[in-house]
Amino acid sequence: MKGSGLLTGAAALGIGLIVLAAGLWAAGFDAPAALAALWRGAFGSWYAFTSGTLVRSVPLIIIGLGIAVAFRANALNIGAEGQFYAGAIAATWAGLHLGGVPSVIAIPAVWLAAAAAGTMWIALPVWLRVRFGVLEVISTLLLNFVAESLVSWMVQGPLQEAKRIYPQSDPIAETARLPLVPGTRLHLGLLVGLGLALALWFVFRRTVWGFELLATGTGPRAASVSGRIRVGRVIAFALLWSGAFAGLAGGIEVGGVSYALFQNLSPGYGFTAIAVALLARLRPLAIVATGILFGALESGAGAMQRDAGIPAVAVFVVEGVIILVLLLVEATVRRARTTVALPDPPPEAA
Amino acid sequence: MTVPALELRGIVKRFGPVQALRGADFTLRAGEVHALLGENGAGKSTLMHVAYGLLRPDAGTIVVRGRTVMPRSPRDARRLGIGMVHQHFTSVPALTVAENIALTAGWGLSPRALRERVLALTSRVGLPLDPDARADTLPVAAKQRLEIVKALAADATILLLDEPTAVLAPSEADEVIRVIRGFATEGGSAVLITHKLDEALRAADRVTALRAGRVTLTGVAAEQTPESLARAMIGSDPPSRRGPARRAVTEQPVLVRCEMLDLSREDGRGIAIRGASLAIGAGEIVGVAAVEGNGQRELLRAVGGLVRPLRGRLDVSGPVAFIPEDRTSEGLIGELALTDNVVLGLGRTAPWVHSALIDWNAARQRTAAIIREFGIRTPGPDTPAGVLSGGNQQKVVIARALELLPRVIVAENPTRGLDVLAAADVWDRLAAAAVAGAAVLVHATDLDELLDRVDRTLVVAQGIVTPAPDGAGKTEVGAMMLGARGSLPA
Repeated sequence: MKGSGLLTGAAALGIGLIVLAAGLWAAGFDAPAALAALWRGAFGSWYAFTSGTLVRSVPLIIIGLGIAVAFRANALNIGAEGQFYAGAIAATWAGLHLGGVPSVIAIPAVWLAAAAAGTMWIALPVWLRVRFGVLEVISTLLLNFVAESLVSWMVQGPLQEAKRIYPQSDPIAETARLPLVPGTRLHLGLLVGLGLALALWFVFRRTVWGFELLATGTGPRAASVSGRIRVGRVIAFALLWSGAFAGLAGGIEVGGVSYALFQNLSPGYGFTAIAVALLARLRPLAIVATGILFGALESGAGAMQRDAGIPAVAVFVVEGVIILVLLLVEATVRRARTTVALPDPPPEAA
Repeated sequence: MTVPALELRGIVKRFGPVQALRGADFTLRAGEVHALLGENGAGKSTLMHVAYGLLRPDAGTIVVRGRTVMPRSPRDARRLGIGMVHQHFTSVPALTVAENIALTAGWGLSPRALRERVLALTSRVGLPLDPDARADTLPVAAKQRLEIVKALAADATILLLDEPTAVLAPSEADEVIRVIRGFATEGGSAVLITHKLDEALRAADRVTALRAGRVTLTGVAAEQTPESLARAMIGSDPPSRRGPARRAVTEQPVLVRCEMLDLSREDGRGIAIRGASLAIGAGEIVGVAAVEGNGQRELLRAVGGLVRPLRGRLDVSGPVAFIPEDRTSEGLIGELALTDNVVLGLGRTAPWVHSALIDWNAARQRTAAIIREFGIRTPGPDTPAGVLSGGNQQKVVIARALELLPRVIVAENPTRGLDVLAAADVWDRLAAAAVAGAAVLVHATDLDELLDRVDRTLVVAQGIVTPAPDGAGKTEVGAMMLGARGSLPA
């Protein structure tokens, strides 16, 4: 089962790349050169892999893990982008005020502020859902736009740099920045992502809470009638944790990559991470793999734009095709299964 | 002899690996009521769905009034004069009775003309219905009447009725039977699918029994007995209806007690149960008889601990096991493995939970043991619950409930959709739990089954809970279900 999943994933990636190449060729671009640039930007060198692919995969993995928590309970958090920005704002604010504080304190403090901000950003949708049954799909999505506007205001107002020229913040304190792997731009955030993936793998697999998420997501009526699970509570906590993960990702992006707040800090990480999580079927360890895959595509897209003059958005074609192919495979498999899922044959047939 | 209204010859139908019909022959003569009997899964509904164009047979011929046909859709079937009353309600909830009838019959009339035509129809067939009532506000019996009127409105001459009396009180069922007989007297032909043997003998001219997709008996109803029909359906002598004898009921200590209990309706619109007082002792099996929608659901769910009372006192000794009516959406999670479903039912107090960690091996072993003890037919504990047959799913639900060692068991229609043997097994398990000291509160729509198996009966009618007199029979309890107050003053 696991092997076939990997095979389908590889096939989907292959089909995606072929569709991209065909599209580029049809549009008059030099397709082989473009794909070569894509490869160079993603895996072409140690530096490209670590500083391009892996650096971009960090937010995708961390947000993706949070998405998995929510989606496992069938609570659809579409607002990770906004929670990411809320985390980035809090991290910047904290980072600016932590000058002179040693890193062992400053870095966790930034993370804590970021995670708390992400949690608070989803608190309103959670309250609306639990209290009034407002669909979180809509409320979390809408708060993304609010968060983006908030960043825009912050970098031209309260958090604008001292000279008041550019729409961005001052750089955060040196001690609040994450240590790098020497010779690359890869930062400590990758270890955080791997650690969280392992922790979540254990939670999903072994703990009562992991099971309650699953039962709530697959059979909310049965979970509630069993009298063992308070479904509303489980959904609320799943969403709050999901927000905390996305907020943390924002804090790690500021502390490890940008060192400052500015608009368009995220090239849509909060949305791409949904695909990352779904592609991994919400399995934490697989999210690490799909996170790196999508990180590679994002990184390769940048190189394609630089070297072959092709808009980076073209790589969305690959991402889109991968998702479509996997959905198609899943639907086909499910249909094949349901045709067998009929009553037992009568005794005489046995 | 005249040409038969409908003939089905050598019908074969398979669903994947399951052979639902293995060459079934069935003849419906003109002007007769023909009862089609069989256990769940015997192929009754499948056979009628083939005749109605809902399913295409893999082999076999369909002959309507001497002409070989192959209806590809219900529309084709209706054109041939075939109407069907389904087991599940098929009306549009937001439309009125008249609009629903017009929709099925294809009448394009002005509201006033429509209203008059509907009134004329309902009074002619003798099934009173308010043409302006919205379908979703109708009581269950009226909903069932609407289904039948809809089929008749389309000028059907052949009527296929799939368990039309399953959810009705005895006198309401009699009304439906009377209408079907009247339809036959006027020259129509009707197939009555049922699993109630006495109903088949009473209502039908001829009977056909199916077992495992084959016809095991066809004959004149008057020449049959309930025993001969049961043997044809099950293939062996039926299990004893009363089950094994139990020792005398102790009634002490009292495990469920409620006084002047008021409960809200499940949809929040008004009061479901008013001023209910009752007590159930250890070792007692108390039955609840009610027509759907009279408050019995809310009563059972309150005792089961799912909803809080609006007013009054409710004391229930734990642990309480609740067995929901709908095993596929409320009992089990079909996507998840049997082990997961057992884990779901026992929660954090289960022996395999240690400080918030689940020992899945222990849970799997216990599930495997349950599968053996209850004879559940499944490849193993890792099988998704959704692929089991209804009877085996219900065994899982019951086994899981008993695993709690409950002092109180509340069961909603625990034998719904089960065949006779599986149903007998469920009742035996509940009886065994009562012998072990549990108090059991159980509702079943099948009144015969309920009265056979319980120590005493409570009737719920329009939110009022009334004890049925000792030894009250089906007729008496049936009358109380429709609002007569029984032995107590109103």
